[in-house]
Amino acid sequence: MRRKALALAWIAVSLITFAFLLLPIVAIFVHTSPGRVLDQLSNPVVKDAFVVSIKTSVIAQALILLFGTPTAFLLATRRFPGHSLAVTLVELPLVLPPAVAGLGLLAALGREGLLGSSLDAFGVSLPFTQTAVTVAVAYVASPLYIRQAIASFEATDPQLPAASRTLGAGPVRTFFRVVLPLARGGLIAGLALSFARGLGEFGATIMFAGSLQAVTQTLPLAIYAEFDQNFDAALAMSGVLILVSAALLLTLRIGLSWQRSPSSKSPSLFGLSSSA
Amino acid sequence: MATVSLEQVAVPLRTFQLCLSLSVDSTVALIGPSGAGKSTVLNAIAGLVKPAAGRISCDDEVWFDGERGVFVPPERRRVGLVFQDYALFPHLTVRQNVEYAQRNAADEYLDRFGIRHLERARPGSLSGGERQRVALARALARDPEILLLDEPLSALDAHTKIEVRAELQQLLADLEIPTLLVTHDFEDAAALASHIGVLVEGELRQTGSPADLVAEPADAFVASFTGANLLRGQPYWASDNTSGVLLDDGTLVVTSDGDEAVMLAVYPWDITISTSHPDDSAMNVIPGAISAITELGNRARVTIGPLTAEITVDSLRRLGLQVGQHAYASFKATGTRAVAGKGGTG
Repeated sequence: MRRKALALAWIAVSLITFAFLLLPIVAIFVHTSPGRVLDQLSNPVVKDAFVVSIKTSVIAQALILLFGTPTAFLLATRRFPGHSLAVTLVELPLVLPPAVAGLGLLAALGREGLLGSSLDAFGVSLPFTQTAVTVAVAYVASPLYIRQAIASFEATDPQLPAASRTLGAGPVRTFFRVVLPLARGGLIAGLALSFARGLGEFGATIMFAGSLQAVTQTLPLAIYAEFDQNFDAALAMSGVLILVSAALLLTLRIGLSWQRSPSSKSPSLFGLSSSA
Repeated sequence: MATVSLEQVAVPLRTFQLCLSLSVDSTVALIGPSGAGKSTVLNAIAGLVKPAAGRISCDDEVWFDGERGVFVPPERRRVGLVFQDYALFPHLTVRQNVEYAQRNAADEYLDRFGIRHLERARPGSLSGGERQRVALARALARDPEILLLDEPLSALDAHTKIEVRAELQQLLADLEIPTLLVTHDFEDAAALASHIGVLVEGELRQTGSPADLVAEPADAFVASFTGANLLRGQPYWASDNTSGVLLDDGTLVVTSDGDEAVMLAVYPWDITISTSHPDDSAMNVIPGAISAITELGNRARVTIGPLTAEITVDSLRRLGLQVGQHAYASFKATGTRAVAGKGGTG
């Protein structure tokens, strides 16, 4: 009897947790009629925010991939004095409050900032431009990618690149034909995480880039700007972000399942592999 | 055939320094306990480990020279290294693995190793024996000047091992390139190589043919590694000019050589087992209860006290030997070898 009651209580607690986590998401989709929300997708504020978000995210993620991958590989394969310090520093932006990150970017790259005057000399002024959005997104999102990339590179058997070298492939060919394909799943997962974080970026962006429609106003900034004026527009943008985030989460799971079974013939959804 | 030479090659390892000179122009086996630095030797030749000093060369091509600062990277050394667990690329098919070494030679090597039917399979779905064939095909497709085999039989189960050892024996006999293999199993080394080096804590204790090592083990460690029984005792000279060793338990063993050795090596095949005391004065006899009997094919190993004898299963049946039974292990003075007492790995 008591055991049964305990089991029921257990299930009830779990159900409350699920309800709590899902309720806001459900509410966004059922608050207004889908028709009115869909209408808002042609609202210029929504369209502009969507374009700014996608453009800055894609450029920021490309930069993260380009700079983060070699950095992660170095941190995963070389041991040098200060190695753990370097890894910790790379992860720092992850735990930094976004407002602090934004202020830091202003202090570093702003007009009066550390590097601001040198940038000024080249006629470059970063703050409150679309480039500033990209910089802010790259700053807060890159640690997520780099962390996951380090883990993926560390998880690959060090004998495989060694075998590649003895078979006549130099370091570059080894990296592209052995190291990268083996770490691929983890890298994709890391990029999905970093993309999701960048897409939701709010604090650092508003400090460093402001919220100018069609220039620096990303979807989260536009949601904040619109929610007391046009709630339907805010809902529409939220709906879009939920769908994109869900897609990214799915990508993350698939990526991680690839990483776990690199020898399986063909990767498939949800970690279910076709070969044993 | 090329000759690969190592001269005073030194590699610092965790608790000791690997330091050896070695010349490989046929099939050579390095044997020794795990952690003796055997794999490091292979990695140094392949260029995966950079020694602190010394010189590694292949005929007149210098691969490493500590003094002159020469270090040829692995991809320019033409070395065929077969890793202990094969290190096949899991994301590539069998064919792609072999093609990785040389694009146009895949067919030839797939056929030669009888793995053509597996060409589309991924390494993950292969058996141990098949994996080894792929690894060998891939290493040889590199057209190497030396073949390096790291514990080629240790990843296989006992049944597959016998089969693969025979295959490997045939392959090495046909190959026209020098081969260096490392193993911790003297029998495997003796079956595959014409020369054996015993590596202990980074140093070569002894080199020679398998028969040399058995006939004259340099020390107690080599003797035990080649399968001998070791008896510890004190040197003893009797009044009638025979020499011997007084074992720690008080038994006097007559030996053919009487130096100051305190360790005696007796090989299992030099020991006879009988159920009654053999009346032969030339014999050393150790009586005792049989503590273990292990059958291996048509041979049986019988343990009495400190000695393990190898006899035929026929004799085992004829004598009706049982564990716990009282019996006599006897061996001739000429069946003993006195060895320096440097035992173990320490």
